[in-house]
Amino acid sequence: MSEIITIKQGLDINLLGEAEKVIQPVESGLYAIKPPDFIGVFPKVLVQEGDRVKAGTSLFYDKYRENIKLTSPVSGTVKELRRGEKRVLLEIIIEPDVQQEYEEFGKADPNRLSREEIIEKLLSSGIWPVIRQRPYDVIANPADHPKAIFISAFDTSPLAPDYDFVVNGKSEVFQTGIDALKKLTKGIIHLNLKGGAGKSSVFSGIKNVQVNYFKGPHPAGNVGVQINKLDPVNKGEVVWHLRPQEVITIGRLFNEGRYNAEKIVALTGSEVLKPTYIRTKVGAVITEIIRDNIKEGKVRFISGNPLTGTKIDKHGFIGFYDSQITVLPEGDYHEMFGWALPGFKKFSYSRTFFSWLHPKSRKYRLDTNFHGGRRALVMTGEMEKVFPFDIYPMQLIKAIITEDVEAMENLGIYEVAEEDFALVEYIDTSKTEIQSLVRKGLDLMRKEMS
Amino acid sequence: MNAIRNFVDKIKPNFQKGGRFEYLHSTFDAFETFLFVPNKTTTSGSHIRDYIDMKRTMGWVVIALVPLLLFGMWNVGYQHHLSHGVTATLWENFFFGALKVLPILIVSYVVGLGIEFMFAQIRGHEVNEGFLVSGFLIPLIVPPDTPLWMVALATAFAVIIGKEVFGGTGMNILNPALTARAFLFFSYPQAMSGDKVWIAEKADAYSGATALGKLLTNEPIESLPSVSDMFFGLIPGSVGETSTFLILIGGLFLVITGIGSWRIMLSVFAGGYGLALLFNLIGPYVAPENTYMAIPAYYHLIMGGFAFGAVFMATDPVSAAQTNKGKWIYGVLIGVMAVLIRVLNPAYPEGMMLAILLMNVFAPLIDYYVVQANIKKRLKRFQKAQLATT
Repeated sequence: MSEIITIKQGLDINLLGEAEKVIQPVESGLYAIKPPDFIGVFPKVLVQEGDRVKAGTSLFYDKYRENIKLTSPVSGTVKELRRGEKRVLLEIIIEPDVQQEYEEFGKADPNRLSREEIIEKLLSSGIWPVIRQRPYDVIANPADHPKAIFISAFDTSPLAPDYDFVVNGKSEVFQTGIDALKKLTKGIIHLNLKGGAGKSSVFSGIKNVQVNYFKGPHPAGNVGVQINKLDPVNKGEVVWHLRPQEVITIGRLFNEGRYNAEKIVALTGSEVLKPTYIRTKVGAVITEIIRDNIKEGKVRFISGNPLTGTKIDKHGFIGFYDSQITVLPEGDYHEMFGWALPGFKKFSYSRTFFSWLHPKSRKYRLDTNFHGGRRALVMTGEMEKVFPFDIYPMQLIKAIITEDVEAMENLGIYEVAEEDFALVEYIDTSKTEIQSLVRKGLDLMRKEMS
Repeated sequence: MNAIRNFVDKIKPNFQKGGRFEYLHSTFDAFETFLFVPNKTTTSGSHIRDYIDMKRTMGWVVIALVPLLLFGMWNVGYQHHLSHGVTATLWENFFFGALKVLPILIVSYVVGLGIEFMFAQIRGHEVNEGFLVSGFLIPLIVPPDTPLWMVALATAFAVIIGKEVFGGTGMNILNPALTARAFLFFSYPQAMSGDKVWIAEKADAYSGATALGKLLTNEPIESLPSVSDMFFGLIPGSVGETSTFLILIGGLFLVITGIGSWRIMLSVFAGGYGLALLFNLIGPYVAPENTYMAIPAYYHLIMGGFAFGAVFMATDPVSAAQTNKGKWIYGVLIGVMAVLIRVLNPAYPEGMMLAILLMNVFAPLIDYYVVQANIKKRLKRFQKAQLATT
């Protein structure tokens, strides 16, 4: 087993500001759970401003799937329910206590629990939402029996955290998490590692999993690509997926009996003075994390990586699923004849800028400018170069634009999520918003099928 | 630079909604974005974007075409002076040709872009850059003496009927520049074919037939220009199509930059060469008198518009096949059709234009079958999975 699967189509975007491998603990003054992080969830709030909560106390549940709830990552006081347009709930903000208190869910050895007991524990502690599913890339349905579970233990997106470093020393609790997951599927747990490195990884001793190796440029680390290569999702089938730190959170639930929301986040990007790893908790405000560590000028804060992350402000919160904060320069400037200049510093997948003469390892400072206007989808064969699926990306996108449900299904929409199209969106000459189109297609499909 | 920016910002409100010149909004936008890359930033999805945009892409195709235009101008002069038996300097040749070709280029751009701007304004779109290439291609594929009113008419026809009625850039079925050429070919055949049109202001006594024309009338192979003349382009013909050498350099440039499809270029040449070889083999048995069958197969690739069509026309991403597999099929069929028309059709000496237009029409069908194969594969996997569970 464990042959190396090589991904050919893709692109590594080398940016300045990779995190130095040092972990700095930071205490944040606020934490928040953001309902918009959970696609398709309609929040029914269980707390009010001023309420006292412990770590693990329920904050809200999903109106459509009432057993799915989200709990507080810290103990403290509910400071604000922040709402946006049409009173949509954006953030439940909690001011933490100095002394942390926890809801007790009881320690247990997952090997001795039944599938139902494990699911019940995950649901009541609010940890369940870390498990997501394909198709549609939404929170997994506890009633489903997934044909397999996939864990991508490496991330190839720009400036992504190194999970070997993040998980280092936590192999045991990781194993507990795997043991719990093992009870949830009759199929295989795929643990996907970066191939070709040769060195032993912190994941190499893990049992109850099938280890697969992947090699090649981004998106080799995307779980969607790995599913497509190992065991593609057919109509009617479900697979679940999660990330290494989320497996650890599950492991801690069984070892400690608590929702321990601790997580390591990489602070990255060209506009960070000292990029580093931060020990924090789910939903931390970034105010303290970025303090005195950002370069002058107009910058963009992103929770997540530059290709798929969410824009937040300088007092924004880290997203539930994110293990990375990226700070990039804003691109709101006019560049005279920018499209015609030689462009030695302009990174491009095409060789139309002279930056391709630099060695591939050169790192770039990229900003948030579109670098061009919105145009018709003219160029062909471009998307396929960074899309390692057995799927025709342009045809699928056109099916989504025309809302042709049957064509979407035929062309493989069940196998993809927004993040799989992130590179396609990055290189697209027409500057189309492809990721939000894909989400639109997935939502439409989910509505049609329910 | 800042002064220009300030000026643009100052006059901009006049062209926006409610402004005095609102009807020129798209035009203003086109000029503004020509001067400045917009300051628009990403909001969701990928926060960083590749530096490439449509202007860069189309700009580089034009750069690949510039050597052909310059050489074409010189060659127009060279052929003219040759027909009169006059020796002229490089600059005399170039100057003569430039006077013939530049007006065609200007008419093509003014008419085409004028219509594009109008349609963009009516639709409320930004002006697409596609015509920067189409407008540059038109003067390269017409005979040097083409009257300007014909160029104007053909360009208008190509842009309106060939492109805008289908919904504009990205929606057209046929290559716009070739649509203009086909319009001229069928509307004014006497100005587009024969022995007289390929050399500007030709001396009457001089034979102006192209290699293809000679072959159509079964003249012996010895009467054709030398291989090196045909390869480097010292022959009569449409303005930009004669130099296979410069076309290949342009093609290489497009392939290296990642703009042009090497699959299409390669497969057109392969298809044409393959069929020509086959004709070489069977020629002596089926039609010994047909010199067109007997010429060395590679002649096809350096004569007429074959190379130009393969590199610059067949590769138009909008009208070509869109899938990678489809591109191979599409390309081979263009090469095959072009040689087939040349050799077997008694009326047309050149087949490249019709071959490409024909395959433009069939490209969606090719793609359909390629995509269907993918869909069937997925369906099969689904059925297999269902069998396994029951």
